[in-house]
Amino acid sequence: MAMSRDEVFQKVKEVLVDALGVDEDEVTPEATLMGDLGAESIDFLDIVFRLEKAFGMKVPREELFPVEGLMNNAELVSNGKLTDKGLAELRARVPHTNLTEFEKDPDINKLPNLFTVNAIVNYLDSRLNPA
Amino acid sequence: MRWIWIDKFVEFESGRRAVSVKNVSLAEEHLHDNFPGFPIMPECLMIEAMAQTAGILVGQARDFKEKVVLAKISKAVFFDYVVPGDSLRLEACMGALTPEAASTTGRITRGDQLIAEVDLMFSHIDQNLAGKKFPEENFVFTGLFTTLLQEVVNSQSQAGTQSKGPDA
Repeated sequence: MAMSRDEVFQKVKEVLVDALGVDEDEVTPEATLMGDLGAESIDFLDIVFRLEKAFGMKVPREELFPVEGLMNNAELVSNGKLTDKGLAELRARVPHTNLTEFEKDPDINKLPNLFTVNAIVNYLDSRLNPA
Repeated sequence: MRWIWIDKFVEFESGRRAVSVKNVSLAEEHLHDNFPGFPIMPECLMIEAMAQTAGILVGQARDFKEKVVLAKISKAVFFDYVVPGDSLRLEACMGALTPEAASTTGRITRGDQLIAEVDLMFSHIDQNLAGKKFPEENFVFTGLFTTLLQEVVNSQSQAGTQSKGPDA
């Protein structure tokens, strides 16, 4: 199913408007799901279910939100910050995300800022339009 | 499930859909306060009725092994008042079902009239990402609700249907 990046974004926007009860103009590519759009943990599952329906394909949650599993792992988190091992794991999981800013202070409270609308579009775009 | 708010199930297709009935009675004390002289069923209790209908559908799909709790009201739209004497039909359909959660869509009708659309999400709380532990005992499905299913169990065994019933 060929789909332009803009079409992917429009569909993702519709999903987020329905799942999170936000206005269309709030769903910008840079918006963070938790900080800007008010998503809670159960919403991530809701978003996965809705994306699967909208795009007609399986969307493994750990692929879409690869950072989520890091937060509750004692080996990877110490004192509220990612350990070196945690950072290495994070780099491996999100190879396309710029982490320079985050690495200066790897506070896990800032991890949710990595979940942006763009991250979802990037992931789906790479699935639908493999290079 | 520690209190029962629906009256019975009339249809049950394992993992797919369930239909229950809720009869509204002026004997329900809250109706005298909501509102004095103008008793109408509170919308939140219509959501509760759908949560029980859909929650049992979700629970049965995993043989009541999971602790199923309501996690999100994805949608709740109401089209008319419900008054004492009304008989509501609650139809819940399974959307997605995964190891950690489920989503359902639901319609509440009175006769031919659409009363509400209620879509819900449930969490299987033992599968929570935070790894939080809950008591071993399944405090959600205590067996109290099994009488609700009796009618469909009976009718399905009488009809000798092939569909897998809630007792299967």
